[in-house]
Amino acid sequence: MSVIVKKIAQLMSGLIFVYGIYIITHGHLTPGGGFAGGALVAGAFILLILANGSEYIKLKRQEEGSSVVESAAVLMALVLATAGLVAGSLVFFNNYLPEGIPGQLISAGTIPLYNIFIGTEVAAALITIFLALVIYKEEISK
Amino acid sequence: MTVFILCFLMFLVGIHGVLTRRNLIKVVISLTVMEFSIFLMLALIGYISGGEAPILGRDMVFGQPVVDPLPQAMVLTAIVIALATNAMLLTIAIRLYKKYGTFDIRRINELKG
Amino acid sequence: MLSVIIGFMIIAAIVAIHAKDLLSAIIAQGFVGYGLVICFLMLKAPDLAIVQIVVETITLIIMVAVVLDSSRKELEVSFDRRQAGTIAASFLFIMVLLLYFNRAISGLNHFGGHSLRMSEAYVTGAASQTGALNLVTGVLWDFRGYDTLGEATVLFTAAIGVITIIRLVGKK
Repeated sequence: MSVIVKKIAQLMSGLIFVYGIYIITHGHLTPGGGFAGGALVAGAFILLILANGSEYIKLKRQEEGSSVVESAAVLMALVLATAGLVAGSLVFFNNYLPEGIPGQLISAGTIPLYNIFIGTEVAAALITIFLALVIYKEEISK
Repeated sequence: MTVFILCFLMFLVGIHGVLTRRNLIKVVISLTVMEFSIFLMLALIGYISGGEAPILGRDMVFGQPVVDPLPQAMVLTAIVIALATNAMLLTIAIRLYKKYGTFDIRRINELKG
Repeated sequence: MLSVIIGFMIIAAIVAIHAKDLLSAIIAQGFVGYGLVICFLMLKAPDLAIVQIVVETITLIIMVAVVLDSSRKELEVSFDRRQAGTIAASFLFIMVLLLYFNRAISGLNHFGGHSLRMSEAYVTGAASQTGALNLVTGVLWDFRGYDTLGEATVLFTAAIGVITIIRLVGKK
């Protein structure tokens, strides 16, 4: 791609990344949440990869980094859900953190934490699918 | 009620595409059109005329009747699952092309192995 | 106004399944997806509009990459007896489905007259019980948390499945 496309993609992907993080963390106050914000963060990375060409990331030929991030995020969400079994009442997936004043950023119990973990997981899963189908298409021969 | 019938017409266009097309990518596109019609149908059922979006303000009261939030939560789950299904279908389609050299389902059925 | 947009979506869907070039079919499917975003905004569902617009863009990118990597044209349909039989069976199926659909929606309330019978407790109790101002997020993570956990599992399984299928060596 030409220099104009590369520079504009660098500027725009930074803005889209910050907007995606805003949508994830304010999921309990404004429309959005984990899934929408996660897809936006993945969109920022996809824009950067598409503008700079596929030689930009062909350092290792496997999608190890994004797979590890995705697995760790889902594991943390499950740990948070199971922690409701030991703290508070003995119910799986309970909302056990204190509620706080509705309308502030830190309120609504465990909902913002779930949004952050699921947002990371959705972003990493979409980047993994994109890398496997569009960039790395060869088969690994053992 | 005509909105419901129009939404079902889109579902029927999707079913016609799945049944009669011979190209694998056309089958995937028709399946996606069917899923979109289901999302639209769920969002149409939960609508209340004169209602507002289900976000509270700072004062925590609803001035007007609010649109039903339960079908919207279901459609949110369904959109992400449709994305996962599409990704898997496209993966299988590209592997079939690499092995048989064509997207046509009749010639794949005759070639076989 | 909503009927006009759904009418445009139906025309775009018919173009998408009859196009001769696969890239034209994918662009027509993008038309259907973005028309759905406008429908969601008119039905007062901003959450769904945000999710649908980003997911549709990413799906279009992946589809274009898959089509450009392989063949672009659709082979011409030789209109033999088998194809005519398939089209006739499909029309018969559509007629039967339309008949039963007319009978099924006579039990629904008219459009816009939904009765909030099941969501009464969710709407009045969400702000005080969960503390979230966004009702859809409160329903999704507090009242219906298991469905969201299942959805995260499905997306995770799809990502792992894509890596496994596309990078494994088949037998020659």
